[in-house]
Amino acid sequence: MLTLEIDGKPVEVEDGATVMDAANKLGIYIPHFCYHKKLSIAANCRMCLVEVERAPKPLPACATPATNGMKVRTHSRKAITAQKGVMEFLLINHPLDCPICDQGGECQLQDLAVGYGQSAHRFAEAKRVVADKDLGPLIDTFMTRCINCTRCVRFLAEIGGFQELGQAFRGEHAEILPFLGQTVHSEISGNVIDLCPVGALTSKPFLYRARTWELTRRRSISPHDAWGSNLIVQSKHDTVKRVLPLEFEAINECWLSDRDRFAYEGLNASDRLTRPMVKTDGRWVEVAWQTALEVAANRLASVAEENGDDALAFLAHPMSTVEELYLLKALGAAFGAAVDTRIRQRDARADLARGKVAWLNGSITEIVESDGHWFLGADVRRELPLMAVRLRAAAKAGARIVRWDDSDDDWRIPGVDPHKLTAPAMLVALVHFAKHLGVTLPDWAVGLVQQPSPLSAAEFDALSAALRGAQKRRIWLGRPLRAHPNAAEFEWLAEAIAGALGAKLGWLVDGANAVGAAVVGAQATQTAHQLASAGKAGYLLVNLEPEDFAAPDAVADSFARARTVVALTPYASESLKAAADVLLPIAPFTETSGTLVNIEGRLQSFTAVVRPREMTRPGWKVLAALTAMRTGRSVAYTASDAVRDAALPQGWRTQLAQHGLTAIAPAPTLHASAIPAFDRVTLYQGDMIVRRSASLQATDDAKAERGATIPSEEAAA
Amino acid sequence: MLSPEALARIDREIAKYPAGQKQSAVMAALRIAQEEKGWLSEETIAFVADYLEMPPVAVYEVATFYNMYDLAPVGKYKLTVCTNLPCALSGGYHAAEHLKERLGIDFNETTPDGLFTLKEGECMGACGDAPVLLVNNHRMCCRMTRERLDALLETLKRQATENTQ
Repeated sequence: MLTLEIDGKPVEVEDGATVMDAANKLGIYIPHFCYHKKLSIAANCRMCLVEVERAPKPLPACATPATNGMKVRTHSRKAITAQKGVMEFLLINHPLDCPICDQGGECQLQDLAVGYGQSAHRFAEAKRVVADKDLGPLIDTFMTRCINCTRCVRFLAEIGGFQELGQAFRGEHAEILPFLGQTVHSEISGNVIDLCPVGALTSKPFLYRARTWELTRRRSISPHDAWGSNLIVQSKHDTVKRVLPLEFEAINECWLSDRDRFAYEGLNASDRLTRPMVKTDGRWVEVAWQTALEVAANRLASVAEENGDDALAFLAHPMSTVEELYLLKALGAAFGAAVDTRIRQRDARADLARGKVAWLNGSITEIVESDGHWFLGADVRRELPLMAVRLRAAAKAGARIVRWDDSDDDWRIPGVDPHKLTAPAMLVALVHFAKHLGVTLPDWAVGLVQQPSPLSAAEFDALSAALRGAQKRRIWLGRPLRAHPNAAEFEWLAEAIAGALGAKLGWLVDGANAVGAAVVGAQATQTAHQLASAGKAGYLLVNLEPEDFAAPDAVADSFARARTVVALTPYASESLKAAADVLLPIAPFTETSGTLVNIEGRLQSFTAVVRPREMTRPGWKVLAALTAMRTGRSVAYTASDAVRDAALPQGWRTQLAQHGLTAIAPAPTLHASAIPAFDRVTLYQGDMIVRRSASLQATDDAKAERGATIPSEEAAA
Repeated sequence: MLSPEALARIDREIAKYPAGQKQSAVMAALRIAQEEKGWLSEETIAFVADYLEMPPVAVYEVATFYNMYDLAPVGKYKLTVCTNLPCALSGGYHAAEHLKERLGIDFNETTPDGLFTLKEGECMGACGDAPVLLVNNHRMCCRMTRERLDALLETLKRQATENTQ
């Protein structure tokens, strides 16, 4: 520990801390631009110059190590003169375009210029002009405003994992640019907009939409992946205008994935459903809520009565809230319908055999503490972009990371050891690895172990040595693996190997409330994907379109053949209009209160940010009303809090799994030839809102994803 | 992209640094690439980046920072005249003006025959010998009076014709 004095106040800091750290500890603000607590130290803006006793010149606080007995003055005449001098230089080339700059009102340079700027300019020469750069559909550039702090460069290199921007040229000619003809492809690129202390990098979708002081701010939770990132949703005139990260060190730190940041555009999509609609004789008619609810309840009731047991399936997107899913389960019980949310999983046996709920099996912060990681059939950057950020930090701290999957994608994590294996090859390799570790193989694996192993014994030894060499060992089951028809066999093998290696299993679950859905019991003996393609007589869909399922064409076909499909949805898409015969407008996450349980089992409730659009109603109220109609008993919930408390009684966390499944129902012997490939994870097709974000859909990632589905659409036509 | 000889020279530079720190050889690799290709094109920079397992933009940062890397084609002989203060006081500007007149080009231009490119340089650390200039980054010419400049141009022209014959 070091003791020093800043502005006359004594402070103790760790060895290696800087003067800036010490000042932050005391709550003393030192002006700065390039310094950021999550990034490496650059010390190139010089704004944080402070006076240090016995130092001949002012020193940059961000890069000066604290020493014992140091006396620092941050607001002495010498320090202020130095800071004002730096500010004068920074403003030499900065355009005075604050009135038309999107950063105006939330600009560090603007704020600090008030304190340190001069009222008159001494620079009579020509200002420099820098050409704007094309950084894709999410980030707009006004490069003349850039003060070359290099925060964006350091963010992409250190947190994003690949340096896509650089500072080229020198001195007055220095500018930030991507490599010739390239652009930014990071899935977390939007964070450079927050990091930019001036208006050089701004949000393209938000450009000139509103001024920061006109916006209303509300806390919310992202429904686009299971991470549970905390959001600040900003709105004006009951329209969501922008989404920013709410700093929460235990989950998203101060970052957001582009998916969480830009998906809000979808909330204002042109095909929002604002009134209940009923299809009679092939024509859509707008009706009153009461009529729509009666039609929905009657049609579902007639299917239940005429087509007998097992005729109905009530399916929901795993982004649906705890409240919605709990009431959907009650509604399902009233109609005798199967209720499920596992829209992309093809195998229900794994969850059944395990009994307990799949989740991260630990906290998010534990990921960085773990020093041995083995990913099985995962696509981390697409599934959970902010998990990749944590893994980069773990890799930097020396963690060993091994991945087995069938993709060539670069995870942008340094030192990852990749093994490209197709699903059948991976299953065979796992069987051989288990045998190598002395696991007794079950009968179904007999056919697999006769196949030659794709990996050698030496490779198995290297892998087990890498994991055994680690203090905290994790085996992660990714979404493609969990969605696979043989997910149960994969999980059995992973659990057996985890036991042999002393590792802990973790599940990369699919959907913002996948854990919550399992905890409230919105799980049937078949997965939502299986139920949707099974051709039931009646369906009720919550926040779902055929595109959400693992096999959209088969599911759309199944819906078309059903007697009735009731859809509770914020959107009236063509595919839903073709599939459904009752459309009930329910509120997306910004227009209702609710609760999501994230991947680490953290319960996070949020409230509405804006008023529901026109006749839109919160999903939980609609489900409660339908239940009341069916049972004839009124449902006694007045607020979503009461539903949540009923849905998640004390001790619900004991339902979370500590181990993978250890026995699966007797299955026939497997042969590698009968095992299909893994499904692809998409970055920007995962839910209704994301699919409607025009900017996200304009990214190269989204174009490539949609390109992949075009041939099948043409074939269908 | 680069010849096996050039790659062998780059490998020698890489070997000077600890394993896993290939990027330390970036300046040497760019120099070797430029010697072989004459200048650093986008493709050459991307190739060097790939060879050293670096992001292309990080190599581009280095290539644009230093004066001696040429990001556009240059003539057979690149003459870099120092115009910093000590040289300027001893006739550096006059030397540059003389060359401009003799070659009929301005700074950063190349003669139509592709023989000469004129560049303005920063201090070369030989102020006592001012005015100084560099030929193709490697050959330093000192005390460049008009006579010596004319002699240099004649020698280079003769060299060029001899090489082509």
